[in-house]
Amino acid sequence: MNSSQLFGITTLAYLLSSAFYIGLLVFKNKKIGLIGLILAIFGVTVQTAALALRWNESYQIGIGHAPLTNMYESLVFFAWCTTLFYIFMEFKFKARVIGAFVMPFAFTAMAYASFAKGINQQISPLIPALQSNWLIAHVMTCFIGYGAFAVAGGLGMMYLLKKSAVKRGLTDNTLTGGLPELKVIDDLTHKTIVFGFMWLSAGIITGAVWANEAWGTYWSWDPKETWSIITWFVYASTLHARFTRGWSGSRIAWLAIIGFVSVFFTYFGVNFLLSGLHSYGSS
Amino acid sequence: MVTSLLVPQRADSYFPKTFTPRERLMTKKKKNPVWAFFASVKLALFLLFILAGTSIIGTIVPQNNPARSYVEQYGQNMADLMHTLGIQDMYNSWWFLSLLGIFSLNLIVCSLERIPNVIRMVRKDNLTTNQDRLHKMGLHKTVPLSGSPAAAKQQVADYLGGKGWKTDSRDKENGTMFFSQKGGWTRFGVYIVHTSILVILLGAVIGSSTVAKKILHKPDFAFKGSVMVPESKETDSIYAFQTGNKIDLGFTVRCNYFTIEYYSNGMPRTYLSKITILEDGKPVPLKDGKTVHFLEVNTPLTYKGITFYQSSYQPYSDFLVTLTDKNTGAEQTSIISAGKQIAANDGKVSFGIINKESRGEAVQRIKIWFADKEAEPSTFWLNNDQEAVIKRPSGNYSLHAKQLYATGLQVTKDPGVWWVYTGCGLMLFGLFVAFFTSHRKIWAHVYEEDNQPTVIFAGSANKNKVGFEKVFATLVDGFKGTEQQK
Repeated sequence: MNSSQLFGITTLAYLLSSAFYIGLLVFKNKKIGLIGLILAIFGVTVQTAALALRWNESYQIGIGHAPLTNMYESLVFFAWCTTLFYIFMEFKFKARVIGAFVMPFAFTAMAYASFAKGINQQISPLIPALQSNWLIAHVMTCFIGYGAFAVAGGLGMMYLLKKSAVKRGLTDNTLTGGLPELKVIDDLTHKTIVFGFMWLSAGIITGAVWANEAWGTYWSWDPKETWSIITWFVYASTLHARFTRGWSGSRIAWLAIIGFVSVFFTYFGVNFLLSGLHSYGSS
Repeated sequence: MVTSLLVPQRADSYFPKTFTPRERLMTKKKKNPVWAFFASVKLALFLLFILAGTSIIGTIVPQNNPARSYVEQYGQNMADLMHTLGIQDMYNSWWFLSLLGIFSLNLIVCSLERIPNVIRMVRKDNLTTNQDRLHKMGLHKTVPLSGSPAAAKQQVADYLGGKGWKTDSRDKENGTMFFSQKGGWTRFGVYIVHTSILVILLGAVIGSSTVAKKILHKPDFAFKGSVMVPESKETDSIYAFQTGNKIDLGFTVRCNYFTIEYYSNGMPRTYLSKITILEDGKPVPLKDGKTVHFLEVNTPLTYKGITFYQSSYQPYSDFLVTLTDKNTGAEQTSIISAGKQIAANDGKVSFGIINKESRGEAVQRIKIWFADKEAEPSTFWLNNDQEAVIKRPSGNYSLHAKQLYATGLQVTKDPGVWWVYTGCGLMLFGLFVAFFTSHRKIWAHVYEEDNQPTVIFAGSANKNKVGFEKVFATLVDGFKGTEQQK
């Protein structure tokens, strides 16, 4: 058994978990939702083992490093963070159907990592710039933030969907009837953004400290850095709009989605469309 | 339960809006239009939006390229417009820096405007709270007590004190009010974050080479630059980025050695320079007591506030050869070109490099020619950066030869970096306080109802109300009134 087989099992588990959560949304049968949760927990457990195994494999081929160093590994880690965050949220807030909006993100990340062209799955050695203890701190903090923002984006979509159904006077028997109350979704979106913002800030800061260690400047307006601060501005605006202007509901839901688009561009767009210091993340 | 999440996030729990008439007068007095403009949250939201939006430009338009390339890419007219707006270096342009300046001013005024109200909230005399209000609070519980009113008061004070809620009390006409609070200071969390941003920006100004040059007129106060130092050579100055101006270090840096190590797949594993700092020509021992520092990417060297980073390298077609006379121990290092021969060891021997094998720019093997006056010259191949022992009639020698490299050092002096780091730490602390801690208040009013002493507990928190609900429930449920006495 090697790590890529385990990652394959993880991908399958996330696919099935997504399917069951969507089944819960459609049929509103609690047992279906429970299977979705069990599959998500199973998937994340296997994935944890796979991450540990891949880490170990890298030592066996003599180039030991944490599995956080290229696009493949970051996608896998993103899926791991998102799922873990979602499971935690389901246990804490008991709003199971949210899985239908979150687990597809985790599955897509895993599937894209495994099947997309140009994504190198090999464990490759670290170039000198990446050989630092800051690597783990920086990538982990960023991706916990990204995972939370993915969940917030999913919640935002869920809010808008439910809201439009409520507006059209659709009753509990429809697809959106099984979704939590609007106020609950709104509150969860806010809490998730707060959590993500904390970690994004930590991610930017660890990145700055590392950049100063490696390149002699903590901030160089490299496209990745700039997009991360743009994302930070978007969420900072969202929080201020809520705290000081009393924004909630649809407007916050839209901001959660816009914020996630910005996260997505920081993560992907910069690597594929723009050039810069983080270019090693693109393959 | 899901329903318990439905506590609305009230804006006024962060920014109190209810003022006494006197307070309202005080705030009004300050409000001239300029102050009001900078104090508004609308401006803050607008600036965040504009900063986010304009920042995108610099990620699309390449920054700090030669002027020519903008004309080629965007045409003359567009390039002229870009030049006027400073788009080629937009994050240092007058308008972007002005935005950051207004943003800082906004942060300062916004915070100054609100902090007095927060201080008032924290210092508020909560013992004046009317008893009737306790009954209207979201969290309250009434417990009947036995014994004398004095004993009842003592019991309540002891219980709350024992649970870590040290109380103040005040006798009123209809009973005694007890009050205790925790985390009042956490209301400042958001202002800690605001301050941290200002500290970071201040650090950026302190460490700015532009400020050092143009405002302080001390270019060596803060700078970023680079220098190439060939192996065995030294330098006491570096060249600033962009301007290329020479900056004196105040000491000397020598590169003893440079090498690149590779992984088996050909990727570079390590760039390594061995560096020595010299003062008045003498090597200076560094923190670890050694005079030779191993400089690698991610392990910079700081000396007298100036930091050296391994940032590039330059291979040469010359060679660095060190010859050691095994008998006398005399050592001589020389730089020689291929095809040239030089004399060494007081002219007793001479050697040269007559051939090489390279892969790309990197020399793999070197062919050495070595002679003394007493026998036929010998020639042999030596792997790059290896040593050979040569036995000759004139004595035994060891010869080390390698391709000559220069190490490319980035050299930075940033006296603001610790301000920036302090600001970063402060920001994380402030965010934690602002989001995850709260100001919690507990009231207890002991009064007599139908001649029986009774206590009403009430509580409130400005954030994390769900969490506080549990704390409150545990606290008041643990209090046994009449039952305890039975």
